[in-house]
Amino acid sequence: MKLQRKSGLRVLTVGAVAITGALVLTACGSDDNSNSSSPGTSAGQPSSSASNASAISCEKGQILASGSSAQQNAIESWVKNYQQACPGATINYKTSSSGEGVVDFNQGTDAFAGSDSPLKDTEVASSKKVCAGGEGISIPMVGGPIAIGYNLPGVDSLVLDAPTLAKIFNSQITSWNDPAIKALNADATLPTTKIQTVHRQDESGTTDNLTKYLKGAAPSAWPYEHAKAWAGKGGQAAAKSSGVAALVKQTEGSIGYFELSYATAESIKTVKIDTGASAPVEATSADASAGIASAKVVGTGSDLSLDLGAAYTTKAANAYPIVLVTYEIACDKGNKPGTLPLTKSFLNYISSEDGQSQLTAAGYAPLPAEIATKVRSTVAALS
Amino acid sequence: MTITTPPPTAPPHHIKAVTRPGDRIFAGMSRGSGVLLLVVVAAIAIFLTVRAVSAISEDHGNFLTTFEWNASLNPPVFGVAVLAYGTIVSSIIAMVIAVPIAIGIALFITHYAPRSLGEPIAYVIDLLAAVPSIIYGLWGALFLVPHLHGLNLWLDTYFGWTVIFAKQDPNSSARSLFTVGILLAIMILPIITNVSREVIRQVPKMHEEAAIALGATRWEVIRLSVLPFARSGIISASMLGLGRALGETMAVATVLSASPQLSAHLLDPVGGTFSQNIVAKFGEADEFGRDALIASGLVLFVITLLVNGAARVIIQRRKEYSGANA
Repeated sequence: MKLQRKSGLRVLTVGAVAITGALVLTACGSDDNSNSSSPGTSAGQPSSSASNASAISCEKGQILASGSSAQQNAIESWVKNYQQACPGATINYKTSSSGEGVVDFNQGTDAFAGSDSPLKDTEVASSKKVCAGGEGISIPMVGGPIAIGYNLPGVDSLVLDAPTLAKIFNSQITSWNDPAIKALNADATLPTTKIQTVHRQDESGTTDNLTKYLKGAAPSAWPYEHAKAWAGKGGQAAAKSSGVAALVKQTEGSIGYFELSYATAESIKTVKIDTGASAPVEATSADASAGIASAKVVGTGSDLSLDLGAAYTTKAANAYPIVLVTYEIACDKGNKPGTLPLTKSFLNYISSEDGQSQLTAAGYAPLPAEIATKVRSTVAALS
Repeated sequence: MTITTPPPTAPPHHIKAVTRPGDRIFAGMSRGSGVLLLVVVAAIAIFLTVRAVSAISEDHGNFLTTFEWNASLNPPVFGVAVLAYGTIVSSIIAMVIAVPIAIGIALFITHYAPRSLGEPIAYVIDLLAAVPSIIYGLWGALFLVPHLHGLNLWLDTYFGWTVIFAKQDPNSSARSLFTVGILLAIMILPIITNVSREVIRQVPKMHEEAAIALGATRWEVIRLSVLPFARSGIISASMLGLGRALGETMAVATVLSASPQLSAHLLDPVGGTFSQNIVAKFGEADEFGRDALIASGLVLFVITLLVNGAARVIIQRRKEYSGANA
């Protein structure tokens, strides 16, 4: 039996293997969206400017980091800026997933890790093995809005609130001209189309954060606990944020959730959220920052884990409630002496005014001032 | 009508061959290869079992009957019911479609087509095997799914009474186990066709000529001398294909709209398979979640072993035809 591959196919195979690998390895909650092929997208890399050098106090050396793909674009542009300013420094961030980042960190291979959710108690406990005399802490670094994208030709603006959203995603509201939706959109002509909800089939921090919001803002309409795996009834599942966005784009009458950059890249319309504020809030970087501003720090000591509970129910003007925050995981004390100077210097830069100002261009949200201040002092105290 | 060959009898005097160092080295190397394979399989089985047992003991649902997969919950609840069902059903659909077509193609190439046509067809089938599964997945998601929508509606309308072809929501997309089965059928076609073709080629010319001499038509030749002789080889070929269908990952993950529901309606976009579930959950899984996924892998391992064992038994029972000694 001959199963010979022609050399041309071999190239195709290698390419496909690479794609497959990428698909498998970036199985993180929120994916990046770096292939911004359409012009005018904000998902590209923010451009670096030479003035960044001022915020960077250079250290030499080489560090490894890994984890969440939600913050991949942000980290990539930061690394580029840092390495431009500091020849002799190499920061290697391997994008995989939050879960994998934490596992790597607790095995001692990472100088720091990226994660969509703060460390669990069990993970903190096992981090004591790698942090000599200290423990792993979660430092919030990158915020971002989760956009609710929809595809309904003829409806250019759609307002929903948390209970309605929860019922839609749980298949209790099944048609677009349901009274509940009509009540929120008096001016729109809503079709009788059936609602097709789209969710993630892979476990993801995006799902976790969306269901945290639904549970937090509409506990009576969302009967499930928040989880990385989708629990709602009905609807279709697609792989990764890119898959959800593609399916929403294809399917008339569909509604799905993904990071803002996907909505921008695919030019999908996003839902405005009626939070009880004077006007419905749109998913934008600035509005997400305002939403995160109402989060509470619940970490003890130098741990800055955030509780976004207050953000979900905020009624502040222009504060978008469906947000996620990615954390950098490092040791508060007992970081490896070989990697500490560069780690600290890099985290100093990305939490600085300069570093945070890079975020908006990529569809992320800078940390609100109060939290950013705490982050800076925590990073400065790493040892 | 069966054709039996007498079993070969051992020569009366066993003549001892001369052995030189090269013989011993070669014998040792080939023995080592055989042992190595056994060691590797045993190592895989032990690894799977050790990791799986630790996870299953923590499971707060019944591992075999729970539908959902929430290993990250506290307490964790996960089970393989939906995955086992989806894996088996999609593979059965694939086999029902692929095996008859593969045998047909193999017979066409060997017995019906002129050489000038058979060779190119065989080559094109080989090419199918060279397409990576992610490409099948993308083609399935972007082309097959939208184009099967009409067929789904037609099946629902005229065959809805069979229950399996009843679609609960006619508007839902065709990202179902049925579509996955069709895609898997295309993916396993080349391997079954190729191996079957080689086996059919090995049917002794004498058998066929004898049948023709007795006045058999071409169909009767195939029925009486080719298929019985090639049967065990064709079964082996099908098993190779089935193995690929059971374990296929990327194509299924790209096409199927996975959700933890067990549905007898093949056209509903629900369900899941072992490999698809592992690929979907692995990235975000912590240590425990990975152990849980490995436990599901162990179940697939066992299912594959059972299937292969059954195939072996069938082949053993037909040992007298030692074509392509499977």
